[in-house]
Amino acid sequence: MNVRRLDGARRSAGAGLPAPKRVRVLKKFGLRSVALGYLLVVLLGPLSMVFWRAFGSGAGHLWDSLSDPNTVHAFKVTLIIAAIAVPLNTVFGVVCALAIVRRRFPGAGIVNAIVDLPLALSPVVVGLSLFLLYGRTGWFGHWFQAHGVQILFALPSMVIATVFISLPFVAREVVPTLREIGDEQEQAAHTLGAGAWTTFWRITLPSIRWAIIYGVVLTTARCLGEYGAVAVVSGHVEGQTETATLRVQDAYENFDVAGAYGISLVLAVMSVIVLIAMTLLKPKEETS
Amino acid sequence: MSLTRSKRTRPSEGAAGALSLGFTTAFLSVIVILPIAALVWASRKDGLHQFWAVATAPEAVSALKLSLGTAVIVAVVNAVLGTITAWVLVRDEFRGKRVVNSVIDLPFALPTIVAGLTLLALYGPASPVGVNVGFTRTAIVLALLFVTLPFVVRTVQPVLLELDRETEEAARSLGASELRVFRSIVLPNILPGILSGTVLAFARAVGEIGALVLISGNLPFKTEVASVYVFNRIQSGDETGAAAVAVVMLLISFAMLLAIGGIRFLVTRHERA
Amino acid sequence: MSIEIRNISKRFGDFQALDDVSVDVDGGSLTALLGPSGSGKSTLLRIVAGLEWPDSGEISLAGEDASGLTPQKRGVGFVFQHYAAFKHMTVRENIAFGLKVRKRPKDEIARRVQELLALVQLQGFGDRFPAQLSGGQRQRMALARALAPEPKVLLLDEPFGALDARVRAELRVWLRRLHEETHTTTVFVTHDQEEAMEVADNVVVMNKGRIEQVAGPRELYDAPANEFVMSFVGQASRFGAAWVRPHDLRLSPTPGDGSREAMVDRVAHLGFEVRAELVRDDGEPFAVQLTRNEAEQLELARGQIVYVRPTRETTFA
Repeated sequence: MNVRRLDGARRSAGAGLPAPKRVRVLKKFGLRSVALGYLLVVLLGPLSMVFWRAFGSGAGHLWDSLSDPNTVHAFKVTLIIAAIAVPLNTVFGVVCALAIVRRRFPGAGIVNAIVDLPLALSPVVVGLSLFLLYGRTGWFGHWFQAHGVQILFALPSMVIATVFISLPFVAREVVPTLREIGDEQEQAAHTLGAGAWTTFWRITLPSIRWAIIYGVVLTTARCLGEYGAVAVVSGHVEGQTETATLRVQDAYENFDVAGAYGISLVLAVMSVIVLIAMTLLKPKEETS
Repeated sequence: MSLTRSKRTRPSEGAAGALSLGFTTAFLSVIVILPIAALVWASRKDGLHQFWAVATAPEAVSALKLSLGTAVIVAVVNAVLGTITAWVLVRDEFRGKRVVNSVIDLPFALPTIVAGLTLLALYGPASPVGVNVGFTRTAIVLALLFVTLPFVVRTVQPVLLELDRETEEAARSLGASELRVFRSIVLPNILPGILSGTVLAFARAVGEIGALVLISGNLPFKTEVASVYVFNRIQSGDETGAAAVAVVMLLISFAMLLAIGGIRFLVTRHERA
Repeated sequence: MSIEIRNISKRFGDFQALDDVSVDVDGGSLTALLGPSGSGKSTLLRIVAGLEWPDSGEISLAGEDASGLTPQKRGVGFVFQHYAAFKHMTVRENIAFGLKVRKRPKDEIARRVQELLALVQLQGFGDRFPAQLSGGQRQRMALARALAPEPKVLLLDEPFGALDARVRAELRVWLRRLHEETHTTTVFVTHDQEEAMEVADNVVVMNKGRIEQVAGPRELYDAPANEFVMSFVGQASRFGAAWVRPHDLRLSPTPGDGSREAMVDRVAHLGFEVRAELVRDDGEPFAVQLTRNEAEQLELARGQIVYVRPTRETTFA
């Protein structure tokens, strides 16, 4: 009986499960090496290669390949697309989450499923869909062509493709947070005389801000890294419709391996920054 | 009096609510629904016969089979190793656990084309560790494991964290062995998480392209996956052929979303009961 | 400021939460809505506040129809069971919120908040966040926040439900005193009959979406309108066709006129008072309340046979 009670104390000290010690140590180290070995082979090993290869041919060479005008342009295109897609999806994500959680309207389930679709759909299929919609035989292709607006093989289609691909992230983060905080605080604000707009800005928004920021970080990462959908609709024109990720492929296939690793290095550094942001934001989001 | 005024709506919610709903629907229509509709329409343009003929062309079938086959392998590996990883991250204590924990999200943050390039550097022709699987199906599985790694870990981890350890202790005090405790107490609780993470990983694996273009070699009938097949059809101007396979992939995505919805429904029903 | 509730009905799917409810609350009174869970008391309170909308019926505040008004326009203060504290704001900012929304001058807001902090005994806590307060303090903050815009009516939904017994007892006395100072028309919801009787001047007893009785605490206990009120407000057991309170039963060791045989099942000594649980000859259990002296004289013990005679009975038609 006493032993059982001690178990409780041990558990709270973080020592874990009561079982014969030798078995536990074996089991634990076994599982630990499986998990860590898996991560090393699949994740960490490959990642370290970017850094190694990029610097392999010297920092001077690295700088040369990064300052190539087409490469600089590709990064610019990527940033422009992200600068449009991220704010759009942030506003959409918050409004959509509010609609799903706070107004139990008929068809909320369908909206929910559509928001999830980009998570399960191939980027190539997304790209092809836009290609067919805005292409020369598509429903909208004619109209835009007649009005001299270039959608396909130009920035607009690349932005739309990226918005589609990165659509779910803000909404997915905000929905559970909105559910968790409930609507009592909002009701309290109403009884105190605050209108819908004031309540949103002063009560709802501050409560979900960490979820939004976390969603924005995920959205940004997805926008910067998008490849498949943009590859289909961009037309791949060097120095014009080429994004950083397309440029990696282009450089690699044209035997500029050092260039490919250079651009990859910059993208990898960006994603490590994103990762750090995610790590720093997560606990705050959980406790708020 | 009471009858005439029945079914009032809230005056405060009217305008703001309608606005948010309208914006949501309009945005989803323009960005998601219209393009998907255009795809479905294009695939059916030449009739169902033609659609079937194009979708079952030998190269298409081979690509779809490869995508589904590798996705199944990747899903199974994720289900097992993802669960173990989540377990170790929650129940084990070791130095650097926090770092390992945040590294899990790396595949979400790293552009997939970069992931492909790095895998090629480590496991390709110029491998520093002497493992060359470049341009093989093994390489495809490896690349897919990289991009799908977080899904199961991140769906199982929160459930494990919230799991009431006292129920396990209760089971042990009733004489259950460690294996029994896992099977009858832990597993039923984390199973929905494992399943939905696995389904998401499967869906992602079926549709992946960025991580594969550089490392798979894209050889028809050998290492050409469905998404690359669709891409190549578009590049060669065969929109019908691309659309047919794309619609098959779209149906797979819907099926996966339905599966996740089903899992969610079962879980919440269990909680309500 | 009076509240008139007229023919309110409300359904949630198949569940009839309120069924044609009408009741008047006098201006300046302190009223309790008492009932078991699912009786519709919280729904009624939320309808008065405009947080819930009735399927039919009308609400008037101070003689003016408020049925079409949003909660923002009703001028009611509402206190939630789980406080609904604005977690990202300090105590001071929480209390000031209603005044800021009304765009009152800054110095006036500061003065009023200070006043309220004193009123709810939270001086020195103004710059803390809700997470740094105890449950009782949070609830007092919520009260101050509701009182800040000087509402015509103060509504409290199970205000002490989430607190432990001691804090709850303190806050009851305190709410009573607060009402004596402010004389704001106050309605609170509770499922605890003792709380309702202790705090309110007027108790509205609800059950299954209907009002069973509206009365003062004493009348409610002494002259319950029906069997539900009799058994819900205070304890009662059945004696034939009549109902009897535990303290209206006399025990004696010998049979007498109109007495019935019973066996002692358990005796609980609660200090001055002794509670005996007995089983009647027909197998029905019931309770008797006696003083310590009475119990000692009878030498009550488990298994003993005694004779019970009601001294006061209530019958319902």
